[in-house]
Amino acid sequence: MTTRDTHLALRRRVVLAGALGLGLMLAGCSGGGSKSGAVELTNVSYDPTRELYQAINPAFAAFWKQKTGKDVTFRMSHGGSGKQSRAIIDGLEADVATLALAYDIDAIAEKGKLLPADWQKALPDNSAPYTSTIVFLVRKGNPKGIKDWGDLVKPGVEVITANPKTGGGARWNFLAAWAYGRKAGGSDAAAEAYVKQLFQHVPVLDSGARGSTTTFVERGIGDVLISWENEAFLAEKKLGAGKFEIVAPSISILAEPSVAVVTANAKKHGTTEVADAYLRYLYTPEAQTAIAHNFYRPRDPAIAQQFKAQFPEIPMVTIDKDFGGWAKAQKTFFDDGGVFDRIYTKK
Amino acid sequence: MLPGFGLSFGFTLAWLTLIVLIPLATIFLKAAGLGWSEFLAVGFSRRAMAAYQLSFGTAAVAGLVNAVFGLIVAWVLVRYDFTGKQVVSALVDLPFALPTAVAGIALTALYTPTGWIGQFLEPLGIKVAFTWIGITIALVFIGLPFVVRSVEPVLADLGREVEEAAATLGATRWQTFTRVIFPAIGPALLTGFALAFARGVGEYGSVIFISGNMPGRTEIAPLLIVTQLEQYAYAGATAIAVVMMLASFAVLLLINLVQAASRRRTGA
Amino acid sequence: MSMAPTSESPLARAALITVALVFLGFFLLLPLLAVFSEALRQGAGPFLDALHTPDALAAIRLTLLIAAISVPLNMVFGVAASWAITKFQFPGKALLITLIDLPFSVSPVVSGLIFVLLFGANGLFGAWLAEHDLKIIFAVPGIVLATVFITFPFVARELIPLMLEQGKDDEEAAISLGANGWQTFWHVTLPNIRWGLLYGVLLCNARAMGEFGAVSVVSGHIRGETNTMPLHVEILYNEYDFVGAFAVASLLALLALVTLIAKTVLEWRFGLHAGARH
Repeated sequence: MTTRDTHLALRRRVVLAGALGLGLMLAGCSGGGSKSGAVELTNVSYDPTRELYQAINPAFAAFWKQKTGKDVTFRMSHGGSGKQSRAIIDGLEADVATLALAYDIDAIAEKGKLLPADWQKALPDNSAPYTSTIVFLVRKGNPKGIKDWGDLVKPGVEVITANPKTGGGARWNFLAAWAYGRKAGGSDAAAEAYVKQLFQHVPVLDSGARGSTTTFVERGIGDVLISWENEAFLAEKKLGAGKFEIVAPSISILAEPSVAVVTANAKKHGTTEVADAYLRYLYTPEAQTAIAHNFYRPRDPAIAQQFKAQFPEIPMVTIDKDFGGWAKAQKTFFDDGGVFDRIYTKK
Repeated sequence: MLPGFGLSFGFTLAWLTLIVLIPLATIFLKAAGLGWSEFLAVGFSRRAMAAYQLSFGTAAVAGLVNAVFGLIVAWVLVRYDFTGKQVVSALVDLPFALPTAVAGIALTALYTPTGWIGQFLEPLGIKVAFTWIGITIALVFIGLPFVVRSVEPVLADLGREVEEAAATLGATRWQTFTRVIFPAIGPALLTGFALAFARGVGEYGSVIFISGNMPGRTEIAPLLIVTQLEQYAYAGATAIAVVMMLASFAVLLLINLVQAASRRRTGA
Repeated sequence: MSMAPTSESPLARAALITVALVFLGFFLLLPLLAVFSEALRQGAGPFLDALHTPDALAAIRLTLLIAAISVPLNMVFGVAASWAITKFQFPGKALLITLIDLPFSVSPVVSGLIFVLLFGANGLFGAWLAEHDLKIIFAVPGIVLATVFITFPFVARELIPLMLEQGKDDEEAAISLGANGWQTFWHVTLPNIRWGLLYGVLLCNARAMGEFGAVSVVSGHIRGETNTMPLHVEILYNEYDFVGAFAVASLLALLALVTLIAKTVLEWRFGLHAGARH
């Protein structure tokens, strides 16, 4: 991190701002570009990827230096996926967006017109260099005997998940539950009945995935947390070592956090080449190893084989095949008047 | 006639327009883009009505709690001496300084069933966190300094002569308070209540942690705005914002008018 | 000050003090203690380490900077507004006061949003700004604007009741003795209102440093660059670094407590208790 450079830049802006008094709006110029000779990449990401990119950024910087002789530094921004997507649309000049779901990058393409609509084809594997899935985190010893989705709606079981209307991760949870309901009951109506029943077991809907993990882990509320697999590992291994267990359900969903070069911004900053190389680097064995170390599922078959023991085998549905893509899923389930609203309003 | 009216009034108006009025106007502009029927559909949906009811209701309850206890706190701080008074006085402003999210997290930690306070309430069957009571507690925290700081200076400035006169005329201390002191500090108390109320209605950061965000039950109005934004429905978000803002504005204006009238009556 | 006829019985006194302290204890002290206990959960070492990271230091610096720009702006405004409102009669005064209060009642979510609607890439001035390569939101100016908006009423709100109470006799006397407007303001008004002004400035400052919601919308959350202290707290919390999050939070609380205690002590030393202004 070039904290020093950014401070200097910051101070320069400040002096200007102070001098202009009311004309604050004249302060500062764009953050990208190559002020100190180094290329600067702005990576706007979602919350759980901090450690991942902390590992990958220096490795890529070394790789890039060796390959081209040029320095590259990073500006990282983390936050809720939807909020980050809106920030990019509203002018946060990200060179690359690495968000929780394709829907949020679709929005950047559609509403911000900052990258082509078919961005998902730009990189291998749907532009998702790492994947995850939805699993259960239960308390040590699994006192409520939770094995699968069906156990979540047994009497006395409290389920923690976030609000799918405000959290990207929570949408994956919802769709995974839907997939189970549809498989078990054989119809969409059965799926809706199951999901409705499931949400009656939810005492708290935090606004985001990280909030619900905190509620479950720190506040001790609930018997089971529906969670990203990588988050569940993090909670099991780091947050409360020995206090939790991961349970793999009989069916789940392939969660594909997407990455994309925000082409309009990269072009403006002259970073197209390095941004593209950065995202492609995520598919290299080195990066894929770092990805597995951070509990995301790697795409590279060789690396996946190497970490086979770490990730349980779970049959997974996908958003594109089973839900007709994000645009449709969002409209059907989560927009105003969608299924989620319905299960809460129909008494 | 004092000089400086043109300068101070002009500057006030210009700065107010630049910082507050123009930015707020964009909200109305954006909401207007919706068209009337859609504005009504979003701004007054069943869900939105439930959220307004919760937000305005809890803010009113919290405002009342603050009016009562804030008055006592202000009274104690102005009239009595006790050790540690300076620290207590400084503590009152804490809610202004502590980031609202931190306040929310701290309060949630206190009131969940395993928290310092929650563990004693749980056996009694009282649920605070993730109910409207929790929301109210967060709003009491947020609003307290408004009441104390509105009442305090007026109470401090209140001459003792009138009270002495009342006492000489045989009034009991309670009569003096209700007939002499309370009318004098009433307007300030009302201001404090109004500010705490208005602030509580819009509060987001501290409340989302403790509210539980259950649709139709513990979903506050500002959360609905965020929900709209998550759907990239900026106009829908501004529709809810407009409804909330107009309601708060009406309450504040009403109270300021009442005060202006009472000032005219007392001739101050 | 003989208290006999205008004071309460010792019992009532003790009862009132107890009620006030218990109330404050539950609603203010306990949350504060919870913050500190979380921050110190692993001892003083991790607490200090959390404050010493480059990102935390950058956040502290940015927060101080934002306060240093926005507080003086609102101070000047507050004095001007209360001068106009309390020294002159004009129609629509209640409306003006209400408009000044307005930022209190705007949800922080909305206060951030309005600047996005104005200056965002798709906002009213978005195209113009992009053309001139100027940045407001997701940069320091946007954070300053949001902060100025949020803290807008504080100084004026503090001064208006005080100056109303004091009336304008002193100023009128000075003018009739031949002083000009500025002289009157500097030598008569300012000494009268200095404690109220200081107080308003301190509150404004505390709120400016602590504001979270609005700033969060316009900041862009770029580490080491546009993260203020409250935003840094949120980020640490979301990274499950609870000690770090609460350490930064308690530093914010400490900053506020120290300035406020200092102000109380100052007042007391100079014998200028709030109640003895005249």
